[in-house]
Amino acid sequence: MISYDALAFIWFVLLGILLCGYAILDGFDLGVGILHPWVAKGDRQRRLVMNSIGPLWDGNEVWLVTFGGALFAAFPDAYATVFSGFYIAFHLLLVCLIGRAVSLEFRSKVHSVIWRKIWDAGFFVSSLVASMLLGIAAGNVIAGVPLEPGYEYAGDLRDQLWWYPLMVGLLTTSLFALHGSVYLYLKTEGELQERIRRAITPIFFIFAGMYGIVTVATLVQVPWATDNFAHLPWLWIVPVLNLLAVLNVPRAMYLKRPGYAFFSTSMVIVAFALLFSVAIFPNLVISSLEKENSLTILNARSSEKTLGIMLIVAGVGLPFVLSYTGVVYWIFRGKVELDKHSY
Amino acid sequence: MDVEILSRLQFAGTIMFHYIFPPLSIGLGLQLFLNELAFVLTKKSAWEAAARFWTKIFAVNFAMGVATGIVMEFEFGTNWAAYSRFVGDVFGSALAAEGIFAFFLESGFLAILVFGWERVSSKVHLLSTLMVFLGSAFSAVWIVVANSWQQTPAGYHIVWHDVHGEMRPRAEITDFWAMVFNPSSVDRLTHTLLGALVLGAFFVASVSAFYLLKKRHQDVAKCCLSIAVPTALIATILSGITGHDSAQKLVETQPAKLAAMEAHFESSDEGTGLFVFGWPDAEAGEVHLGLRLPGMLSWLVYGETDCPVPGLDQIPEEDRPPVLIPFLMFHVMVGLGTAMILLAIAASWSWFRGTLEKRRWLLWLLVVSPVGAMVANQAGWITAETGRQPWIVYPSVQDGVEMMGLRTSEGLSETVTAQQVLSSIILFGILYALLFAVWVFVLNHKIQVGPESLEPQDQQKPRDDQKLLERISHGGAPYGGSLMEDSQ
Repeated sequence: MISYDALAFIWFVLLGILLCGYAILDGFDLGVGILHPWVAKGDRQRRLVMNSIGPLWDGNEVWLVTFGGALFAAFPDAYATVFSGFYIAFHLLLVCLIGRAVSLEFRSKVHSVIWRKIWDAGFFVSSLVASMLLGIAAGNVIAGVPLEPGYEYAGDLRDQLWWYPLMVGLLTTSLFALHGSVYLYLKTEGELQERIRRAITPIFFIFAGMYGIVTVATLVQVPWATDNFAHLPWLWIVPVLNLLAVLNVPRAMYLKRPGYAFFSTSMVIVAFALLFSVAIFPNLVISSLEKENSLTILNARSSEKTLGIMLIVAGVGLPFVLSYTGVVYWIFRGKVELDKHSY
Repeated sequence: MDVEILSRLQFAGTIMFHYIFPPLSIGLGLQLFLNELAFVLTKKSAWEAAARFWTKIFAVNFAMGVATGIVMEFEFGTNWAAYSRFVGDVFGSALAAEGIFAFFLESGFLAILVFGWERVSSKVHLLSTLMVFLGSAFSAVWIVVANSWQQTPAGYHIVWHDVHGEMRPRAEITDFWAMVFNPSSVDRLTHTLLGALVLGAFFVASVSAFYLLKKRHQDVAKCCLSIAVPTALIATILSGITGHDSAQKLVETQPAKLAAMEAHFESSDEGTGLFVFGWPDAEAGEVHLGLRLPGMLSWLVYGETDCPVPGLDQIPEEDRPPVLIPFLMFHVMVGLGTAMILLAIAASWSWFRGTLEKRRWLLWLLVVSPVGAMVANQAGWITAETGRQPWIVYPSVQDGVEMMGLRTSEGLSETVTAQQVLSSIILFGILYALLFAVWVFVLNHKIQVGPESLEPQDQQKPRDDQKLLERISHGGAPYGGSLMEDSQ
């Protein structure tokens, strides 16, 4: 049978996969939200942009919900520490996720220019702030947060808003914007698509700049982020692949292969998720006070029995999840069109 | 105010607001599925118009349920960190199962249900509708299992962990199925689901009755009523039965809750009476203006009028729940439940006799009935949750071994301050008030516009509606319709 330690490791990996799935799938939803007011002119184009993610965003958000539930079940102490420690940030994230959901749902339900402008703004702001907050949270986890011996968070909001997490927030936001713009390019045609194509270049350069800055900042500010690479040198292939995936985005767009470009932005997200996991492993939450106060996959894990049961649940459930997610994406493939059931 | 009371208020407020939507989604989901099934079987266009109409209502409601539901999942961690550490091993697995089995199912097929009308065949669409309904019901399964475990824990033991010298208790699973089928989960789950089906049935009956009263969309309204009224009848009666089962078991599992619900302060050797109404005063230990039927509570619990039911005096003072709220909410729920059974019987009888359309008073009662169903659903949950106090996880006995419980006051987040909770309450208070107003506005708008079908009776409609209908008949839809490229 699988040992207790192996179970904890498997759940660390599964949580990484859930988070990665969320970042890829909801990443383009958030990116679409960020681009919405800039690339879409007029009501029809705005509706096209919204409906490009119309049938999908809700299912994509479930990846985050399931990540939360799985973290709760597999590493309850990490869940409790992070969620209570990042109290204000998580409540703001909730407000954004609610704002995004209702903006999509309500915008086109009433014939009024002002009504629609308000929800357009709601869609944009909530997508932008949600992306920032997700990045800031990731930045804090990499850089470490003050933890007491009882694993309680010992800081306040100011300890979370300093330059490094903010830089990671900007990186995340620009990455989602890039990912979303390539997605939108795939889903649209004509004048709207042309305007999106023109937007991709500046977004790419902003992202590339942030990518460089955060890479250097991490090496300087978070020296232990590369510790695991010293033990396992073959892991250096990940940052190399990351760089190649980044460079491949403009190449694929130049070659007029947007599907390939979308694959590349997705791979950039996968590479970041891998780097993030390798940087913190075996910790879940790194303590910036005493090293032994850190929450690791060993001291935060659930019982062996629960991790085993959950693995069965995941094993039974995930094939279903992937198959009907695939079916839904297949049914709504191709360019976005408006019909009387659209937003 | 301290963190505990603020956190409890926050949880109560956000969960009650959230719970407006899921029961309506579940209940409406069944009506939607049955309407669509009728369409696939009969090919009658009125059924299709009905199914498409309810889909739009469903979509708005579902989005609100999803949006407000994530808040709940986060709040366990943000406000109740100590509780999360204590129960994560047990409660977390139910929550994760909910995500994997229920949320993905409903959100995936929701896409086809809402946006797939012109993209898939009617049978595939029907299947998607069924999956969305099942998904929403499954999510109720897992969350009610988790909540029932807090009320009547089973299949676990307490393990003490050394956290840097401090010993901390944690509930850990020993038997997964015993945890899932804990003593109250089946009764509470069936009662919760039936409450949702009652709400959905009365909601559909309400809108349909409104159309009949206003002589609009009468074909569609009659179709909908022919399913909603019998559903309401069956579901209200079953709801009464399951509610009785639930309450009856309390005498063994949570006697303090039962005593609080019935304001039964003092035990005696004789049969225990039942208050039909009254205003309990916990400090004085009596009920003002109460009407008590002698021996009735004993009869309901044990089937004998002279068998005494234990009162609150048998519970140590520090373990007693509040009395006023559980008592009032329980009586509101039972009162409304009884009224709904009577209404469902009256409506079914008139429907069967074909006289429902002429009985305008009965139609008007149906119009307001969802409010009663909603209040009853909420009141039932308030009874269950306030009656559980002062415990967040009840203590229990497993295989003869006493297991510690967790008090609500011990479940809080140590690191969170009252100020933080208060600011979040204000933030969500404003947001939810706005959302509620928008939801009511959009719902009303959709109901006023109604299903997309032109009927001869529609000529009496006011001019505005007539214009909207003309627009529909020319191909553009009022929902999500284009603003004619306004801001070019």
